[in-house]
Amino acid sequence: MTAFWLLAPVMVAAALGVLFVRRAVHAALLLAVVMIGLAVMYAVLEAPFLFAVQIIVYTGAIMMLFLFVLMLVGVDAADAGEETIPGQRVLAVVVGAVFAVLLGLLLAQASLGVATGLGEANAGGNIEGLAAVLFSTYVLAFEATAALLITAALGAMVLAHRERLSPRSTQADRARERVRSYGESGLHLGPLPAPGVYARHNAVDTPALLPDGSPAPSSVPGMIASRGTGRAAPSHRDVDEVVGRLSASESTADPTGTETGAPAADVEDAYRGGPGTGPGTGPQDGGTR
Amino acid sequence: MDDLTPFLVLSGILFSIGAVGVLVRRNAIVVFMCVELMLNASNLAFVVFAKQHGNLEGQVAAFFVMVVAAAEVVVGLAIIMTIFRSRRSASVDAAAALRN
Repeated sequence: MTAFWLLAPVMVAAALGVLFVRRAVHAALLLAVVMIGLAVMYAVLEAPFLFAVQIIVYTGAIMMLFLFVLMLVGVDAADAGEETIPGQRVLAVVVGAVFAVLLGLLLAQASLGVATGLGEANAGGNIEGLAAVLFSTYVLAFEATAALLITAALGAMVLAHRERLSPRSTQADRARERVRSYGESGLHLGPLPAPGVYARHNAVDTPALLPDGSPAPSSVPGMIASRGTGRAAPSHRDVDEVVGRLSASESTADPTGTETGAPAADVEDAYRGGPGTGPGTGPQDGGTR
Repeated sequence: MDDLTPFLVLSGILFSIGAVGVLVRRNAIVVFMCVELMLNASNLAFVVFAKQHGNLEGQVAAFFVMVVAAAEVVVGLAIIMTIFRSRRSASVDAAAALRN
């Protein structure tokens, strides 16, 4: 009975959590808590076979199926806040409370008496006893179960199957498509430009600079751009600042000051022209297409 | 250990919570989970009565309920996936438009 009093509050709390939690994944995990608790209850109630089946079938198979479908349907799918039928939520809670009170009254009226216990029935082993009942009295129901399971498997396959409406596009098809779009609209034929390569940021989230100094949007993967986590490319001001600092250090290092302009111009050329010279210059050869 | 009433009370509470969940939640998958909760609560009652009466038929009934629940979940989730594929939504309100 200790196991019962320890687990029953946890199970009721988890079941209430299924009711109130917004995200479906959390509801699935809370339901798994309830089901494992029920498995322990079965063990307490002298049903070791059902204890194992509950763990294997429910928490092992059915909850995993729920989680798989949740991943397919979208983990973020939360309940819509508004009610379709006005007052439905309140009414549902009232109906549920009335139902619970009815069940409670029923249990209060009935006197269960002393439990017989399964000591006699489980004398030859629980699984052996279950098998004796299952394969004699309920053998027809058992056969019907087999038909049901096959039907369910077939039904799930038919429902989840999707006919391929268009032929699968191969690499040759994609190459042909690319060349055609080049011929029609002049779209760049080669791979997309690599992301920017700079002294401080050398990552896929920093756009490369075009020869005129503007960032090239196609050099950043579309996923980063749509999430809005990309970095800004260095602007003209940064470049000018770096160039000014370089020329200042040149003039202090070289008191004659004869070659001040040339290295700075080189740096600027490298900065503005380097990433924009096309694919293949950076370490990440951006084949993101 | 002889009084099994607390188990039945727990079973009733879980069943009521599941029923309210079916009525309140709008996400079809969570509604399914609440149906599973109700089935599990009835399973608990079956096992309690098996112990009460001292024979194993209640446990066999619970076993059948588990098998049927597994089949039902497989087909139900496949239906939800089909509806989601065509409507991009797993809400039970969206499926109500099937009537028209």
